[in-house]
Amino acid sequence: MGTVILLALTGLGLAALYFLVASGLSLVFGLADVLNFAHGLFLGVGAYGTWWAAGNLPGAGPDGFGFVFAVAFGVAAGTLVAILVELVLIRPLYSRTIEQVLVTVGLSLAGVALLQATWGADARPFPRPDWTRQVTGILGAQVPNGGLLLIIAAVLVLGAILAFLRWTRYGLVIRAGVENREMVTALGIDVRKAFTLVFAIGGAAAALAGALGGVYFGTVSPGQGSSLLIFAFIVVVIGGMGSVVGSAYAAVVVGLVQQFVNYYGTSGLGDICVVGLLAVVLLLRPQGIAGKVATA
Amino acid sequence: MEPVLTVEDLSVRISGLHILQGVSFTVAPTGVTVLLGRNGVGKTTTLRAIVGLTPPAGEVRGTIRMGAQSLLARPTHRLVRGGLGYVPEDRCVFAGLTVAENLRLAERRGTSPAYDRVFALFPELDRRGRQRAGSLSGGQQQMLAIGRVLLNDNRLLLVDEPTKGLAPKVVTEVAEVLERVAESVPVLLVEQNLAVVRRLARDAVVLAAGRVAWTGDARELLLETALTKSLLGVGTGEAHRPAGANRAPVAGKDAH
Repeated sequence: MGTVILLALTGLGLAALYFLVASGLSLVFGLADVLNFAHGLFLGVGAYGTWWAAGNLPGAGPDGFGFVFAVAFGVAAGTLVAILVELVLIRPLYSRTIEQVLVTVGLSLAGVALLQATWGADARPFPRPDWTRQVTGILGAQVPNGGLLLIIAAVLVLGAILAFLRWTRYGLVIRAGVENREMVTALGIDVRKAFTLVFAIGGAAAALAGALGGVYFGTVSPGQGSSLLIFAFIVVVIGGMGSVVGSAYAAVVVGLVQQFVNYYGTSGLGDICVVGLLAVVLLLRPQGIAGKVATA
Repeated sequence: MEPVLTVEDLSVRISGLHILQGVSFTVAPTGVTVLLGRNGVGKTTTLRAIVGLTPPAGEVRGTIRMGAQSLLARPTHRLVRGGLGYVPEDRCVFAGLTVAENLRLAERRGTSPAYDRVFALFPELDRRGRQRAGSLSGGQQQMLAIGRVLLNDNRLLLVDEPTKGLAPKVVTEVAEVLERVAESVPVLLVEQNLAVVRRLARDAVVLAAGRVAWTGDARELLLETALTKSLLGVGTGEAHRPAGANRAPVAGKDAH
């Protein structure tokens, strides 16, 4: 029983990480039709921003409020990079899908190369509070606190995004834009501002995933964003493009499947099962669990 | 009277197809001007070009002016804020949003939304504020689509096939509303239902194969059974032809 609880909670921790990356990716694709392969860069900037701030920024550190400050710095850095990417690189390329893919793939590769050139290719120990290295006993399972932190953060982010979408004017514009972007402009709304906003939200969530992923794994490395991005894309497709709630459900399914199959099967089989799950969803329900129906 | 809208030599090419080929017409500052033609002649393309919704891959040439102001190359949201209201074909309400949210989305900063006007025309929308727009009937969705536009003051309304797919009773209701709306704001209407055209339209522009084939008085056009049949491919039910119809054949007759 303890093993099942442990696998479930560590699976949910992994799901939380996927959700933090996938939620922004899903909103960006749903609203702006941009397949952003550079999304992993925002995660990398958040992770390295937090890592750098904890060691160098006055007031920041690996413990207490200093750690919160370091994470806030990393999130701010990721958000800023996301906004700049949208304004400078993506905005001139809206409706030019091939060019968008080329630019974001190129940026993703360049971002990893830049992080490697600046801080080296090797994984570095991530500064984190001592309590995140410890475990908490839950129903007989010793669950790592880093994973619980990720779950709590993801639930809070999910709640915040849903509240934003439900209760604010821009949230209304984004929900409408995911359904029919053209009609939003035909009501006199400059939808490009909403594009920038979803990039900022996505960048912030991914950067938070970078910082808390550093806590979870205990290290930070330049390629971390790219490897997580693959599973985030799978989550987005299974959950449905443009649906934050769909991404949350899909992240939970993917995280749990990976964790349980890897434990009870052979290592790596969980990843293959997730890809198989993606294929099944694409065949049976191409719009995903909760996404908008694809039209010709 | 100066026209509210002037379209001159408008050409639209999308994905290699020359959909509009030098279309010119004007819209009077009062009443309803109807844009007629068989399926696929470019009526919707014309409205979308006016409101700046030609696809990015498309190429638009010519002149479109509202009063003295050129509309070409201006982003859609600015045109709409400048008083160009657009009710698209197939309604395009936001199915996942409630009726109230659909209306709230149309509110513009710095102006007071005319909910009184909208609810006076469509009391149903007031009662169904919390209902998802996707669960409304076709007629109710059309009312919502028109209501969204009427929430703000407009200088010109572009309305694309508002009665398409609606039950006869609802068609009458929509026509009544448009008749009342046209008392205060000019309307450029795309409509296939000739009974609605007969009731609402004062001026008509007939497109054929991407060109203007006929302009003049809408009711006189509908009285010319043979001409209407040749231009639109449908009969009007009118038995006689009036004297002195203001007929102005233009290019495109060879399309028939």
